[in-house]
Amino acid sequence: MKRIITVVVQNRSGVLNRVTGLFSKRQWNIESLSVGPAEKPGCSKMTIVVEIDDDIHLDPFIKQLNKQIDCLSVSDLTDQAIVARELVLIKVLCHPQILGEIRAIVEPFRASIIDVSATSVTIEVTGDADKNDAIIEMLKPYGIKELARTGITALPRGRQRSVTEIKPRSVI
Amino acid sequence: MELKAETTVQRHSEAETGADLFIRALVDEGVEMIFGYPGGAVLPIYDAIYKASINHVLTRHEQGAVHAAEGYARVSGKPGVVLATSGPGATNLVTGIADAMMDSIPLVVFTGQVATHVIGTDAFQETDVMGITTPITKYNYQVRRVEELPRVVKEAFYIARTGRPGPVVIDIPKDISSESAVVKEKREMILPGYTPVAAPNVLYLQKLTEEIRNSKKPVILVGAGVIHAGASQALLSFVEKRNIPVVSTLLGLGAFPGAHPLFFGMAGMHGTYAANMALYDCDLLINIGARFDDRLTGNLSYFAKKAVIAHIDIDPAEIGKNVPTHIPIVADAREALEKLNEMDPPIQQAETWLKQLEGYRNEFPLWYRSGKNALAPERVVELVYEQTRGEAVVTTDVGQHQMWAAQYFTFNQPRRWVTSGGLGTMGYGLPAAIGAQLAAPDETVIAIIGDGGFQMTLQELSVLQELRLPVKIIIINNQALGMVRQWQEAFYGSRYAHSLIPVQPDFVKLAESYDIQAFRVENEAELRHVLKTTLPNKEPVLIDCRVDGRENVYPMVAPGKGLHEMTGVKP
Repeated sequence: MKRIITVVVQNRSGVLNRVTGLFSKRQWNIESLSVGPAEKPGCSKMTIVVEIDDDIHLDPFIKQLNKQIDCLSVSDLTDQAIVARELVLIKVLCHPQILGEIRAIVEPFRASIIDVSATSVTIEVTGDADKNDAIIEMLKPYGIKELARTGITALPRGRQRSVTEIKPRSVI
Repeated sequence: MELKAETTVQRHSEAETGADLFIRALVDEGVEMIFGYPGGAVLPIYDAIYKASINHVLTRHEQGAVHAAEGYARVSGKPGVVLATSGPGATNLVTGIADAMMDSIPLVVFTGQVATHVIGTDAFQETDVMGITTPITKYNYQVRRVEELPRVVKEAFYIARTGRPGPVVIDIPKDISSESAVVKEKREMILPGYTPVAAPNVLYLQKLTEEIRNSKKPVILVGAGVIHAGASQALLSFVEKRNIPVVSTLLGLGAFPGAHPLFFGMAGMHGTYAANMALYDCDLLINIGARFDDRLTGNLSYFAKKAVIAHIDIDPAEIGKNVPTHIPIVADAREALEKLNEMDPPIQQAETWLKQLEGYRNEFPLWYRSGKNALAPERVVELVYEQTRGEAVVTTDVGQHQMWAAQYFTFNQPRRWVTSGGLGTMGYGLPAAIGAQLAAPDETVIAIIGDGGFQMTLQELSVLQELRLPVKIIIINNQALGMVRQWQEAFYGSRYAHSLIPVQPDFVKLAESYDIQAFRVENEAELRHVLKTTLPNKEPVLIDCRVDGRENVYPMVAPGKGLHEMTGVKP
C-alpha cells in the first residue's frame, strides 16, 4: 500500500543519499519526496510517499532508517490522522476567449491563476492528492502543456485516533 | 596588559596544516598504528607521517591494508585505522569496508581526495568516495574546511567503536590536508541523531527470567555481539548459574569456552547436529548478540517454531528483522547479562533436555573420512589445534577450510577467531593475520587459508618478509575452490565449472622468494614434524598442505532446508 513516511534529518550533504539508498536497495520506487527546513535550525524534514506491498519488511526498514546517524526521527504517518498538502502548478493551453471557462473550473477548487499569456495560463492549486488529481482531470481536455507537482508534505493532526484504532506494530 | 593579551592570542593562533591536525587527532585517539598505502592525494598526510614518525604499516595493496586493520580490530578490540589515496586507492578499499560493515568491525578509514576546487571535474584519480561508500559504512564524511577536521576525526572514532561498531570513512581533499589554519573551534561532537542505547529495559529482563523459569528446553545462541561487548565473563556466569545449553554462530566462536560441557558447538549450515537440533527443538531461545543470519537459521519457516524468542542486541534494527521476537531487549550484551546475573537464578528444570542434547552430541559427532594415503584437511586443523594446544589466533578466508577451522579448532577465549563471516571475503586471511599479529605480538597467529584465497592477496607476504612477523600460513591446498566445487557436486550434477585449478605456482618457492621458510607436506607425519619444528620459531612460515581434494564439509543444511534436515550427519 501507499505509505507516507516523514524523516527529520540533520541538514548535511549526503544525507539524502543515505535515506534514499535504503529505499533503492529494496527497489522501492519513491513516488514523491519533498524536503525543506524543519522547525529546528539545521534540520530538514523529508516527506516520502512510497508504494510498499510487503508490510512485513516495513518495521525493519523504519528501524534501519531510524538508526542512520543523521536521522533524528522517523514517523510512518500512514495510519495516523494527518493533514497532507501538495502544491501543483499547471500550465494549460488557453486563448483569451476561453479564459472565463478556465476560471469557472479553477474557482471551486480554490485554485488561482498566477500567469497569463496569449496562449496559456498557469494555475496554482494546493490540496491533497485526490483534489489535485481531480482538477488535473478537469483541465486535461484543454491541453496541459506542463505540470509540476511538489509531492505531498504532511503533519499529524493535533488530535489522534485512540490507540486501539491504530494497527499494532512492533514494540520497539 | 595589552602586550600580554597579544602574546596569549599569538600562542593560540599557531597555524597548523590539515595533515598536522590529522596526526594530532590520531594521537589524541590513542591510535597505535595505521595500515596504508601512499599516493598523490595523500602526499601531504604522508609527509606529516614522515615527520611525526607515527607507526605506519605499508601493505602491498589497499585491500591488504583494510583487511589487516580488520584483523587488528578483531584481536585488539580497538578501531583499525586505514589510509589510502583517492581514486583507485579508495576503490581498492571497498571490499574491506563492506566486510567490516557486515561483521560490525570498528574501522576509521581515511581516503585522499582531489582538491576541493576540482571535485566534480573528473580530475586525475578522482572518484566519488562518498557515493561509493555510503551504503557500506556506518557513516562517512568529506572534510570541506580544515577547521572541522579535528571534530570529524573525533566523531568518526566515537561512531566506529560505540553502539554496534562499524566502519567510518573520512574523505580528505588534498588542499584540506595541505592548507594551514588556526583552529579555534571547539572539538565537541555534534551528533544529535546518534544515541546508542546500552542499558536494558528491566521489565523485559524480568520477563526473560520468568520465561527461563517456565522453560523446559532453553538454549542460548551467542553471537559476535558478546565479543564486541566484552561480555564473555558475564555470559559464563549467567550460563553456569542456570545450566542452560549454549550454541554459537560462526562469528560468536570463542565468546563462550568451546570446551565447556554446556557448549554444543556452532549452529547453522555446517554446524553440529546437536546445536542445530537445540535450535530446532527448544522452547526458549535466548539470542545474545547474533543477527539470525540466513546461514545460521536455514529455512525460517522451521526455525525455532516452538520457542519463545528473546533477543538481546544493541542494534534495535536487528530485533524482529528475520525472526519474530517475543522478548526484545535493546542493550549492550554485557550490561544486560550483568543485570540478569543480579536477578535470582530460576530453578533448573532442563535436566532431560541436557540429556537429550548430550545424546545427540555423542551419537552425531563431527566426522570425516581419513584417507590412508591422502591428508584429510580436517586432520590438518586438528593437528594445528593439538600442536598449539589451542593457544593461537586463527584467521581464515571463506570456504571449506573456514568451516573446517570453525569445526575442528576449539576456541576457549574471545578475540582469537578472525574470519570473514557476513561478506565471505576470499583473500581475507593473510592480511588479517598481519593485523592480528601486530595487535598481539606475543601470540601465535595461524592463517588457515585455501589455495584460491591465498592467491588473491599473496602480495602481502612481503609485509611478513619486511616486518618478520611470525605468522604461520597453513594452505589447505586442494587445487580447487573447494566450497564452489562441493556445491557443484551436490547441486549442479558435478559440473565443475571453473572451480578446479590444478595450475598454480610452487607455493614453497614463492614463499622462499619472499625469504619466508616454506614446506610442502603430503601426509600427517610430515605435517606433524613441520609444525613441531616451526611453531616455536619467531619467524614467518608457510606450509603448503596437499590435502584430499575430494573432501566435502559435513554435516550440512542444504539451502532451503530447515535446521532439522541436516545431511551427512553420519559417515
